[in-house]
Amino acid sequence: MAVPEETMAALLRQHLIDPEVCIRCGTCEETCPIDAITHNDDNYVVDAGRCDYCMDCIAPCPTGAIDSWRTVAEAYPVAEQLEWEELPEEQEHDARAEDARPGAPEADDEVEQILALAHAGQKRLVPPGSAPRPRVNLYSRSNPAVATVVGNYRLTDPRSDSDVHHIVLDFGSTAFPVLEGQSVGIIPPGHDERGKPHVVRLYSVASPRDGERPNHNNLALTVKRERFEADGEVRYGVASSYLCGLERGDRVQLTGPFGKTFLMPDRPDANLLMICTGTGSAPFRAMTERRRRQLPEGPGKLLLFFGARTPGELPYHGPLMKLSRRLIDVELAFSRLADKPRQYVQDRMRERAEDIGTLLADPRTHVYVCGLKGMEQGVYDAFGEVCAARGEHWHTLHREMCESGRYHVETY
Amino acid sequence: MAAVSYDEQIPNNVNLSGDRRLQRALERWHPGFIDWWLGMGPEGFQDNEVYLRTAVGVDPKGWAHFDFVRMPDYRWGIFLAPREEGRVIPFGRHKDEPAWQEVPGEYRAMLRRLIAIQGDTEPASVEQQRHLGKTAPSLYDLRNLFQVNVEEARHLWAMAYLLHAYFGRDGREEAEALLRRRSGDADRPRMLGAFNEPTPDWLSFFMFTFFTDRDGKFQLESLAQSGFDPLSRTCRFMLTEEAHHMFVGESGITRILQRTVDVMQEAGISDPWNEDAVRRLGAIDLPTVQRYLNFHYSVTLDLFGAETSTNAANAFNAGIKGRYHEVKIDDDHQLLDSTYPVLSLREGRFETVEEPALNALNARLRDDFMHDCAQGVKRWNKVMEKAGIDFALALPHQAFNRQIGQFSAISVTPEGDIVDEAAWEERRSERLPTASDREYVASLMQPCYETGRYAGWIAAPKVGVNRQPGDFEYVRIAE
Repeated sequence: MAVPEETMAALLRQHLIDPEVCIRCGTCEETCPIDAITHNDDNYVVDAGRCDYCMDCIAPCPTGAIDSWRTVAEAYPVAEQLEWEELPEEQEHDARAEDARPGAPEADDEVEQILALAHAGQKRLVPPGSAPRPRVNLYSRSNPAVATVVGNYRLTDPRSDSDVHHIVLDFGSTAFPVLEGQSVGIIPPGHDERGKPHVVRLYSVASPRDGERPNHNNLALTVKRERFEADGEVRYGVASSYLCGLERGDRVQLTGPFGKTFLMPDRPDANLLMICTGTGSAPFRAMTERRRRQLPEGPGKLLLFFGARTPGELPYHGPLMKLSRRLIDVELAFSRLADKPRQYVQDRMRERAEDIGTLLADPRTHVYVCGLKGMEQGVYDAFGEVCAARGEHWHTLHREMCESGRYHVETY
Repeated sequence: MAAVSYDEQIPNNVNLSGDRRLQRALERWHPGFIDWWLGMGPEGFQDNEVYLRTAVGVDPKGWAHFDFVRMPDYRWGIFLAPREEGRVIPFGRHKDEPAWQEVPGEYRAMLRRLIAIQGDTEPASVEQQRHLGKTAPSLYDLRNLFQVNVEEARHLWAMAYLLHAYFGRDGREEAEALLRRRSGDADRPRMLGAFNEPTPDWLSFFMFTFFTDRDGKFQLESLAQSGFDPLSRTCRFMLTEEAHHMFVGESGITRILQRTVDVMQEAGISDPWNEDAVRRLGAIDLPTVQRYLNFHYSVTLDLFGAETSTNAANAFNAGIKGRYHEVKIDDDHQLLDSTYPVLSLREGRFETVEEPALNALNARLRDDFMHDCAQGVKRWNKVMEKAGIDFALALPHQAFNRQIGQFSAISVTPEGDIVDEAAWEERRSERLPTASDREYVASLMQPCYETGRYAGWIAAPKVGVNRQPGDFEYVRIAE
C-alpha cells in the first residue's frame, strides 16, 4: 500500500534499519515481497512510501537492525537514510503522536475514551521492560482492516444464559500485528437511532501474536453477548450481538490494534500472576498460549485466578483444565454453585497467600487484572492482606510494581 | 511445495515420506551424523539448554523460531526455498531453458564435485570451532557460537540430501565421506586449506566468521543461480542462515574494537601503537587486530581459486554455477565476447589485464568479495573515528600472503609492494600474528558464563538475540 499524498503530513510510525547494527547482508531486501527495501554501498533502507508493514523482513534479519521505528511528522526520505551512520534521535511529538500512522491521523477519540476508563485510577501506564514494542492504530474507522470470520463457537454451556463466543477472524493478506494483551476495535455495521454510525467496541485479543493457529494471519476474540433490560424489555448489546451472530465467511471491519502497556514480558523467567473474571480471561488465554508455544518448560511461573458464576459459564473451562500443571497453576472461583458458599477470586487468592507472597517477593513477577470493574478493589485488598501477613507494605510495593511496568489493570 | 513436516525423524519440506528409498538412505546416514556431531561437534555443552533459532518453515514468518533446546535435539532438517514456477536457467549455454529438476547426465560429475566441496566446508568449520565453548567471553557469545555450529551442521544436511537424492550410489559415498574427513587431520584432511587451519581463540573465530563465512556466502550465492533447481533452492535457504554467521563476525570484531577504545580512553592512552599499555589493561591492541585481519583475509582469498580458471568457465557455461547476483547483472549472461579486468603479474610487476570474462570468473567473484569486506572494514573503522583514535584497519593488498594462484610465487607487502623474500620475512612480525600475539590473545581466553557479564576484552552487544534483555541466560549452565 502506498502512502497517500495527503496523509504524508500526518504522523507516521516509520520503519527504519539501524545502520550501526545492520551488517548489509541483503536478507531483508531479498525477503521484501514488494521491493520496499533498497540499498547503496553504505546502507540498506526502507522506503516509507512503499512499506506496507507486512513484517516479513523482521524474523529473517540476523541482527535485529530491521526492527527499528521512529515516529515522524515527515518520513525520512530514502536518499537521506542512505547517508546515515546512525539512527536519528526520536523526535518529540504531542501525546498522541506515538499512536499515529498514515491512515489513522485522527487517532481514535472513541477508543481513547474507552481505554481511559479501562485504565482509570492508574497514574502512569508503563509496559513491562522486556515487552516488544506494540504496533498501535494501524487501522481506523476511516481506514479499517477487513477480516473474514473463519470460526464462531459458543463457549458456554447451552443451558446457561451466559452466551460467550470464541470468534476467529482471518486477515488474508492484510497485516494486523498484535501482541498478547492488546485489543482491537470492532465497527458494528449500521447506525444508531440518531442516524450516527455505531461506536467502536474494544475486545481483547484471545490468541497469541502468531495467530490462533500458529503462523496464520488470524486472531481470536472472546465475546459475551451483552444482555440488559431497558424500558421493561430485554435488549442485547449492539456489537456483541453482531459478533455472536456472525457466520463463517462474514466480513468484519476492525480498527486498532490498541494498547501499549497491558503486555506480557518477553522473558522466559518472568512470572505472570493473572486475575480475571468472565471474558477478562481473553488476554490471559493469549499470554498462556504464547508461553505454551514458545517456552512450555521455561522457568517463569504462571498462576491464574479465574472467577465465574458456574463452570458452565467459565469460558475455555475445558481446554484450560487440560493444560499441564507444569505450565500453569489455575485457581477457579465460582460464585453461584448450588449448595456451596459464594467464592470470588479474592477468596481463592487468600487461600494461596503463601504462593502469592513468594511471587510478589520476586522482582520478575508481573501482575495482571482483567474483568469487571467490581473486582479491582477486592483484588487490591487481597494483595494488601497477603503482604501485611508477611510484614510487607503492599501500597509501596504496588507503586513500585506500577512504575516498573509490573502491575496492570484493565477493567470495564 | 510440500509443507514442512516436523513429525518425521528428519524434518523436511521435500515430501521425504513420499520417497521411501531416499528416506531410508537418509535414515541410514542419520546415526552417522549424530555420531559425528557428538564426537566432533562442540566439546561439552551437549546437555545444556541453548536459546537457539530453529527454522520451522521456509516462509518469512516461519523462519525464526526461538526456544531453548539441547543441541543434539536440534531439528536438523532439509529445507529448500519455495520452488519458482517456470524458472529458467539464467546463464550459460542453456540460458532460458527450463531449470533442471534432475541432474543432466553430462554435468553429473561436475555437479557432484561442487556439492561435495561445498558440503565439506560445513562440518569442517564445526570441527575447527569445537573447543571455543570452553573460553566464551559471555553466554551471549556462547549461544551465538552454538547457533553458528548447528546451522553449519544443517548445511551439511542440505548438501548430504542433494548427494543422496540425485547422485545415486556415488552420492551416498560422497555423503559418507563428508562424515569421515576431519579438519586438520594429516591423513584425511578437509578439502580446502582454510578449513584445516585451527580456530584457537575468539578473535580468530570472529575473523573467520567475518571473512571465511563470507566466502561461503559468495559461493552459495553463485550456486543459488544454478540451473540445477534443487541446488539453487537449497542454497537460497542456506544464505538466510549464513547471514547470521557474518553478523557474529562483524559484530564480534566491532565489540572488541569498542572495548579497546573504551579502555584506551579510560586510561588516557592516545597512541594506538603502544601495544604494551593496552595489553596491560587486558584489551586487544589494535595492531594485533590488524595482523589477525591480514591473516584471515589472505587465507580466505585463496579459497576462490586461481584467478583465471577453465573449471569455473566450464561450470558457468554448463549453467551450474553463476556469478554473484547473476540475475541482477545487465549483460548477455553468456560472456561470449566480453572481457574482465584481472590484476596480473607481468614481468615481476602488477598489471591489469583484460581477460576473457569466462576465464576470469574466480577473479570476479573474489573482487565482489573484496568489495564486500572493504565495506565491513569501513564500518569497523567508525568505532575508532567516533572515539577520535587515529587508527584505521585496512585490508591488505590482494597479493599479500597468498598460497594459491599467480601471487603465491611472490612476496608482497600489505600495501602492495613487491619485495624480496628476505625483506618480507624481516617484517613478517608486523604483518601477521606472531607467536607472542597468539599467546597474549590465548591468555585472555577465560570463560565468562555469568548472566549478563562480558569478558574484559569485549564490549556488550548493542541488542540482544530476539530482543532479549541484557541479562538473559542464553545458555543454561547447569551447576
